[in-house]
Amino acid sequence: MPHVLAVLEQRGGAVRRVSQEALAAARSLADDLECDVHGLLIGPPNTIPDGLGEYGADKVLTSLDAELELYQASRYGQIAAEQATGGEYTAVVIAASSLGKDLGPRIAARLGCTLASDVTSISGSDGIVVSRPAFSSKAIYRIKITATPCVVSIRPNAFSPLLTSRPGTVEEVSPGDAARPSDARTIAIKTPERATLDVAEASIVVSGGRGLKEPEHFKLVEELAQALGGAVGASRAVVDAGWRPHSEQVGQTGKTVSPNLYIALGISGAIQHLAGMRTAKVIVAVNKDRDAPIFKVADYGIVGDLFEVVPRLTDEIKKAREG
Amino acid sequence: MCDVATDQWCKYLPKTRGSPAILSQAQDNYEVTVKIAVCIKRVPDTETRIKIGADGKSIDESGVKFILNPFDEYAVEEALRLQEQAGGEVVVVCLGTEASQETIRTALAMGADSGVLLKVPSLPLDHLVVARALAAELEQGSFDIILFGKLAIDDYGQAVGTMVAELLGLPSVSAITRLEVTDNRATAQREVEGALEVVEFSLPAVVTAEKGLNDPRYPALRGIMLAKKKPLQIKDVDLEQGGIEVLELALPSERRAGRIVGEGPDAVPALVDALRNEAKVI
Repeated sequence: MPHVLAVLEQRGGAVRRVSQEALAAARSLADDLECDVHGLLIGPPNTIPDGLGEYGADKVLTSLDAELELYQASRYGQIAAEQATGGEYTAVVIAASSLGKDLGPRIAARLGCTLASDVTSISGSDGIVVSRPAFSSKAIYRIKITATPCVVSIRPNAFSPLLTSRPGTVEEVSPGDAARPSDARTIAIKTPERATLDVAEASIVVSGGRGLKEPEHFKLVEELAQALGGAVGASRAVVDAGWRPHSEQVGQTGKTVSPNLYIALGISGAIQHLAGMRTAKVIVAVNKDRDAPIFKVADYGIVGDLFEVVPRLTDEIKKAREG
Repeated sequence: MCDVATDQWCKYLPKTRGSPAILSQAQDNYEVTVKIAVCIKRVPDTETRIKIGADGKSIDESGVKFILNPFDEYAVEEALRLQEQAGGEVVVVCLGTEASQETIRTALAMGADSGVLLKVPSLPLDHLVVARALAAELEQGSFDIILFGKLAIDDYGQAVGTMVAELLGLPSVSAITRLEVTDNRATAQREVEGALEVVEFSLPAVVTAEKGLNDPRYPALRGIMLAKKKPLQIKDVDLEQGGIEVLELALPSERRAGRIVGEGPDAVPALVDALRNEAKVI
């Protein structure tokens, strides 16, 4: 009976939340297919493989080596593809994170199999069927996988980590061959002094647009995001104007986000922006223009001057959180 | 951003990936120039309102404006900057329908030298099928560097460039925001969640461009005129069967109409209450 392989991501030896979500997707597929989930954890020797049974892994394969601390595309690809070759697995599931979006295609190309990327739902009850947003979530494909094995990458925040009790037995596997001189080599990962939450993975996103008038006024957005423990996002207009880094851009040429709460401040709601955030569970908009398109998708809106509304909102949130 | 430290990097690089004819030519007279490929795609404009086609499996293209995929613009721009400093030629490769000629002309108007259209009746959604067709073409070209946009804004796969690199056995870095090339070595930066990865690799190689890599130029009128006369080769391509079947393309469910909680800062307590007790998200 072929199983489902979930390729898991670590940073600094700790398994990332997106991989817990990928395990939940893998578990749901495996339950439909009546098979097991094996997690594959590639990383440095201090990687902690314990406790992954709670997230849905029947078995955890660890491929650990000091040279695997940073994401080394070629070696990671080789290790994962080698594990998935040979018919033991019907599907390889991976988070559609920065790493997964690079590693997923490598595994699929090495296996010569199809890849369904950025999937938001998965079912195995009638063959493997997935949903994946396209046109930046303006439309959704329902796709049947007609040849296995296949690789499926899971959009962050589309699945919630499970709390279950599978064995999660740990088993070491080979860390593969040493890097070849011709391989691309990740030599460093630079983390900013003040750690920032990524807008695509955060469960709360506070975004600002042109309504803020000046780049310095983004402080209002940052303060509200901080009060909520969320990430800062930005509209295309302010990114193109150079106010904010493009890594914060939400929309069709930026990031597509599905947080629990999305707060749009001074964003009118261009089609390409709405495309990037319409799958948020709850949307709040603050805009002085009552007719702004953003209010058509917002669950809750305040019509008003954001320079008056936002400081008050930040205060109230702080009070609510303390209380 | 691109920074080429020496002229004509990789001019004398052994051309291991080219056809035997190119290989021997290269060794015979050393007149190898830098060859840069950019793979592009024709996609619906970002402002498009998507309507579903009659088959229920694709978009209704009537009235849709098509553009050069925005991420591919960064790739074309980076290729042109590399060429400005190292010389050589920039070839644009596009897998697409007949109409993609227009998209190739846009890239030629930006400054690329020639184009190849791998013509297909319709574009498959299976990334590996696309990657194999592109790889088969690129393998013939003996390219020093192959650039892609990090993703196409229609199918949002973010897979083809990296798959092509794997199929060709070339090192690759995806979603780069910085590229520096010195001789036949290169360093790229890619943004990952809350951090930057720095990756070193040797040419030939494949990179895919993220927004922020550069500011793409607009085609000037002169460029547009020149582009009309640049060579554009059309090749019919047979695609293999993929491993997926599209069951349906549907619009996402409309969001429930929300409500305006109130006006001005006085509405804030009601909003916070709603988020806390109704939506339960804070």
